[in-house]
Amino acid sequence: MRVELKEKFIEKILLLIAFSSISILALIAFFIFGEGLPLIWKIGPKSFLLGQRWVPSQGSFGILPMIVGSFWVTFGALLLGIPLGLACSVFLSEWTPPWAGMILRSGIQVLAGIPSVIYGFWGLIVLVPLVRNFLGGPGLSILSGSLILSIMILPTIISISEDSIKALPPSYKAGALALGATHWETIWRVLIPAARSGIVASIILGMGRALGETMAMIMILGNAVKMPSSFLDSARTLTTNIGIEMGYAIGDHRQALFATGVVLFLIIMLLNALALVLSRRRTA
Amino acid sequence: MNSNLKTLFWLFALLIFFAMGCQRSKADITVAGSTSIEPFAELLAEDYMLHRPGSHIYVQGGGSTAGIQAVRTGAAHIGMSSRHLISKEQDLYSVIIAQDAIAIIVHPNNPVQDLTLEQVKEIYSGKIRNWKEVGGNERPIILVTREEGSGTREAFQKMVMGKEEIALEALVQDSNGAIRQVVTGDPYAIGYISLGIVNERVRALKISGVEPALENIQTGRYQLVRPFLFVMREEPSGEAKAFLDFVMSPAAQRLLSTEGLIPMVSISSGG
Repeated sequence: MRVELKEKFIEKILLLIAFSSISILALIAFFIFGEGLPLIWKIGPKSFLLGQRWVPSQGSFGILPMIVGSFWVTFGALLLGIPLGLACSVFLSEWTPPWAGMILRSGIQVLAGIPSVIYGFWGLIVLVPLVRNFLGGPGLSILSGSLILSIMILPTIISISEDSIKALPPSYKAGALALGATHWETIWRVLIPAARSGIVASIILGMGRALGETMAMIMILGNAVKMPSSFLDSARTLTTNIGIEMGYAIGDHRQALFATGVVLFLIIMLLNALALVLSRRRTA
Repeated sequence: MNSNLKTLFWLFALLIFFAMGCQRSKADITVAGSTSIEPFAELLAEDYMLHRPGSHIYVQGGGSTAGIQAVRTGAAHIGMSSRHLISKEQDLYSVIIAQDAIAIIVHPNNPVQDLTLEQVKEIYSGKIRNWKEVGGNERPIILVTREEGSGTREAFQKMVMGKEEIALEALVQDSNGAIRQVVTGDPYAIGYISLGIVNERVRALKISGVEPALENIQTGRYQLVRPFLFVMREEPSGEAKAFLDFVMSPAAQRLLSTEGLIPMVSISSGG
């Protein structure tokens, strides 16, 4: 009887803890929307989302350059990160001898554990001058940002893709090999298509990570609020807009930063929902 | 199981004990605000604490506006502002602790030594886009500016730009140090930072032939000067007053002047 009571008690406590973490999410969402939405209504959703001028001191709050900047940087990161990540996960799940796997996996874990400010600092000191000297422009650019981000999203892409390839029934591989396919043909024609939904989910999660990255991007992108026209241009993303201006913002300016957060929140939610749907489809 | 619970209990007790230890004593003063003043306030706090063991001054950044906000809400005792108070903030008590010159900086290898204020304005508004037009090499000018809302940017806007707007393609950095870092790395960049932050890896330009040096600032020949303020909710008392008195003392003001700021009280007398 006593033991049963204790079990019940522990169960309830755990339930409470689980819900309290969710309630924090609700609180944050409530606060961001409460602060941000009034401003979006005040200046109109259209001129907020599609406006090209961001000059808070004059009351212009258009975040289109930042939405575009966010997607340029993320697109660049995926362009570099997907082939690298996918190749690495295929190698890890299919070819790696155990000793190499251990080194690679722990290396990737370290990659995931490096604080973003370190990535940013390294990018600023090493990568930015290289880009400036060899390709021109200010060096603080979308290209530099994308290069750094592509490294930062590798762990996400690699670990989830590898898991999804490994989770395939062994009969797929055995069947393909029995039909006379080479190892590479088996990977390219059978394993990767079969693990497609997991791989796509990993890419979307990596995309979410790239969109959300702030510190490293503040240091590398140059933060100019202008519609980017090339990969060598400076740009500002939604997150860096909040990060760089929050210290001094008051009144409408502060609300506009929260409104930027609302847009970011919605984009990330959408991506996570998409990843969830795609990874569910595999198990169903 | 029982011994596990016991350990857990003791860990918890220890945690509470430490948490209580973290509670700040009454003698502690929190100073928050402008990132331009922060490094100087840290120096002052260090010196102050050295002379007064037992007292603690916590210095944080956050920006002028955030600092003033923090004073209002009581989160900080003293706010640091690198701009004058706006009309909505006039109810607060403020003291100018020093004045700071804004230096226009370039890379040491840049041949340009001297610009007029008008040229700086045209460079920043995007009318002059090449160093060649102001006597430098034939290379595009990379503009570096502070973010919207920054006290330094506001001062620069008011003193240099007037009604003109800073060009949109300007790179934006969120601290004096970050601007200096970019200009250190880029031979064709131009930026503006607090004179106290200028080091040997960047060069402060002369403005119409006037070097940003102490005597030129005090005689009013170098004009890009702005105030550094300490802001409080009301006239200070107790520990906050003691710290403020220390900041305005000749010794502390001398310290500020060796760091490149312009002192508010005469520092020639002893003490």
